[in-house]
Amino acid sequence: MSASALRIETYLWLAQRVSALILVICITVHIATMIIAVQGGLSSEEIIARIGGSKIWLSFYLVFVSSVAVHAPIGLKSIMREMSQIPTNRIDLLSILFSLIIGVLGIRAAFGLYGLGGA
Amino acid sequence: MSNDLINVSIWRGGEDGEYQTYQVPRLESQTVLDVVTYIQRELDPSLSYRFACRVGVCGSCAMTVNGKARWTCRTHVSKVAEGGQLTLDPLNSMPRVKDLVVDMETFFNKWADAKGSFKGDKTRDDALAYISPDDPKRKISSAGIECIGCGACYATCDVIKWNPDYLGPAALNRAWTLVNDERDVTGLERLAAVAGDNGCLGCHSQQGCVERCPKSLNPTGAIAGLKRETIKAVLKGKLS
Repeated sequence: MSASALRIETYLWLAQRVSALILVICITVHIATMIIAVQGGLSSEEIIARIGGSKIWLSFYLVFVSSVAVHAPIGLKSIMREMSQIPTNRIDLLSILFSLIIGVLGIRAAFGLYGLGGA
Repeated sequence: MSNDLINVSIWRGGEDGEYQTYQVPRLESQTVLDVVTYIQRELDPSLSYRFACRVGVCGSCAMTVNGKARWTCRTHVSKVAEGGQLTLDPLNSMPRVKDLVVDMETFFNKWADAKGSFKGDKTRDDALAYISPDDPKRKISSAGIECIGCGACYATCDVIKWNPDYLGPAALNRAWTLVNDERDVTGLERLAAVAGDNGCLGCHSQQGCVERCPKSLNPTGAIAGLKRETIKAVLKGKLS
């Protein structure tokens, strides 16, 4: 295997671990907030009231969805490589596509909620 | 079934084949290898299996015993034959040759691929290297050096079943002992050989190899060490 391919595999492996570390924090905050907020019944108004217009929550969810967009496709790539007969170059393409889709959808959702709230 | 007999089902044939059943007298301190040897000598001389030392040194006699890879010479029947039943298969993840014999060529080729042989730069005229047994790197190396190459870890590893190009726990464990051998000069060439998804990064850390190693070695720990060293080398731009 070429040195550049080895480097890419190593960086992807590292990126998945680092994004996992970030996700542990993000998921904990996300779930904890939900559990605290759901006490009076979780409604869309409540969510928008909390997140909408808040730059802190926007930043938080942008980090969250970016980490998901890095973490999940690398894992999916490994799963497809080990469990399917799909050729490697197609697996890489599918993983990049998956990353773009969840990245764009996630960032769109985070900005969408931000735009719904505030003054 | 009588308590004095063990019911033994053995895979007969190569990739295609079927189980054949034998009744073997139960003896005290009997090993699984004793059982197989009894069948070949007393019941069916056409049975093929592999062994050499019979005392847990050579690593030849590993088989799948009731679903788990084991060294059969040191496996007592009393500890594994639940309900007096033994089912013996050849090792997983290696091509079946005949009965309990597998082709271990790929398994050992992967040791070579992982640069598993020692390469020094001293001649017979040089002084011997002095390495203290308390040296931290020597301790790491010594922890993995007793591998007997039986293939039990390799046959247990799920990653090899999914990715046949994966080097496997035995070859990577061997590489790790040499990475920590100060006399060895292969260095970055070995790290490049064990890097990437077909090397140490492919390990899922499920530790089946640790569970099944008859020598109680820790190949998963060795692979974790290789991960650290290869990543450091990549980040420092040394693997190019």
